[in-house]
Amino acid sequence: MGNKTPLYACHLEAGAKIVDFAGWDMPANYGSQLAEHEVVRGDAGMFDVSHMTVVDVSGDNARAYLQHLLANDVARLGTRGKALYSCMLNEQGGVIDDLIVYYLRDNFYRVVINSATREKDLAWLDKQGQNFTDINIRFRDDVAMIAVQGPHAIEKSLPLFDEHQQQALSQLARFQGAEFDDCFVARTGYTGEDGFEILMLSDHIADLWNRLLAAGVAPCGLGARDTLRLEAGMNLYGSDMDETTSPLVSGLSWTVAMADEREFIGRQALQAQKDEGLQQSFVGLLLLGKGVLRNHLKVVTAIGDGEITSGSYSPTLQQSIAMARVPTGASGEVEVEVRNRLLKAKIVKLPFVREGKSMLTNEG
Amino acid sequence: MSEVPTELKFLSSHEWVLVEDNVATVGVSDHAQELLGDLVYVELPEAGSVVAAGDSVGVIESVKAASDTYAPISGEILEVNEDLEDSPDRINTDPYGDGWMYKMSIEDPEELENLLNADAYTDSIAEDE
Repeated sequence: MGNKTPLYACHLEAGAKIVDFAGWDMPANYGSQLAEHEVVRGDAGMFDVSHMTVVDVSGDNARAYLQHLLANDVARLGTRGKALYSCMLNEQGGVIDDLIVYYLRDNFYRVVINSATREKDLAWLDKQGQNFTDINIRFRDDVAMIAVQGPHAIEKSLPLFDEHQQQALSQLARFQGAEFDDCFVARTGYTGEDGFEILMLSDHIADLWNRLLAAGVAPCGLGARDTLRLEAGMNLYGSDMDETTSPLVSGLSWTVAMADEREFIGRQALQAQKDEGLQQSFVGLLLLGKGVLRNHLKVVTAIGDGEITSGSYSPTLQQSIAMARVPTGASGEVEVEVRNRLLKAKIVKLPFVREGKSMLTNEG
Repeated sequence: MSEVPTELKFLSSHEWVLVEDNVATVGVSDHAQELLGDLVYVELPEAGSVVAAGDSVGVIESVKAASDTYAPISGEILEVNEDLEDSPDRINTDPYGDGWMYKMSIEDPEELENLLNADAYTDSIAEDE
């Protein structure tokens, strides 16, 4: 028996197949993972993401604290509600976790981190917080969250909000959130589709779930969430990067802000890696024949071996795809060792799919 | 609750066997397809190949995982279900019908005695859970 989100009874009612996910009893699917994947690419689906860890950081030094803690720079967050994706690094430049930070108002930020890493993350946040006065770090165990994703996600969920909220939400820019009395809504997600992530007090979340169901939004499980994020070229913590890998070899250089002199944890290690030259790069792989690429399979390139960090089947492309760490400079055709056989694959640019469309069409 | 037809024999590794005259038709059980989830790729043995009971003769892969399949008895592979190449989901939708994997000859009928009947297979599933 694991932890249960406030939506557990809703999952059972919807026919979920429940699996253990980092100590949580979560829905893997509600019948067909492929059907759920397709509904998010073509219409609107919803995910219970209440197992994610929400932390509010406030106080006069909240910004300085986050600038020290995170590899991306919260000073980039100029307007209220704006979101920033970042890694939180250790001194060696390894990734403790990846997260989204929202700038809600002056001296007040909301951080959403992973569930599997909750204990170590909270301990790290507290430890680093001890170096700052006037900050308050509050773990929000009283909230729950639903992600509504897909090309029709916004039009289907908007009518569930009151008139004032609808007006604000219909003007919400991407990667931007809005705070209301009874909920926090952000135009963010983990699928490569448009949509909202809606956070509210746990007591009210089942009501929202049922109203979304009635509005024609399909429940989707963690299985579909994984293939959607893989197609969208979004990293999964623990597979694509962890405490032993740098964001610079995990396709996350774009999230590291080193242009100015800001001192953040891990900066010196990253600078040293850059000075030495990066030996590996992070790429997309497309399997050219039949089969399925899986995590940890060996990738054989003309200039040395690499490894798949996340592999699965792409329902949109109807081909197997993967993200992999390969020797810097590898390109074109490679081979992947699957059950003692070498299968042909091709290095491609990430993402594979965005907003329902293949991104492979422009490649030679 | 998954379906376990009483006219079939089973392996604890979830293959089913239908014996008709001197030919055995082999597939994977409803329980197995439920465990695996949506299938996206099936690798079958080659027609004409000769296999021994317990040999790994193919792989079925879902979005989630790959799983070996084993020959229930010894014999020659007579025919494979080529429709599975483009429609592996037939194993999900009709595991005991359109989702059959291959037909094989029965070299030694005594080997059939080693297979589980429906009740014994149902018990073995229950033990897994």
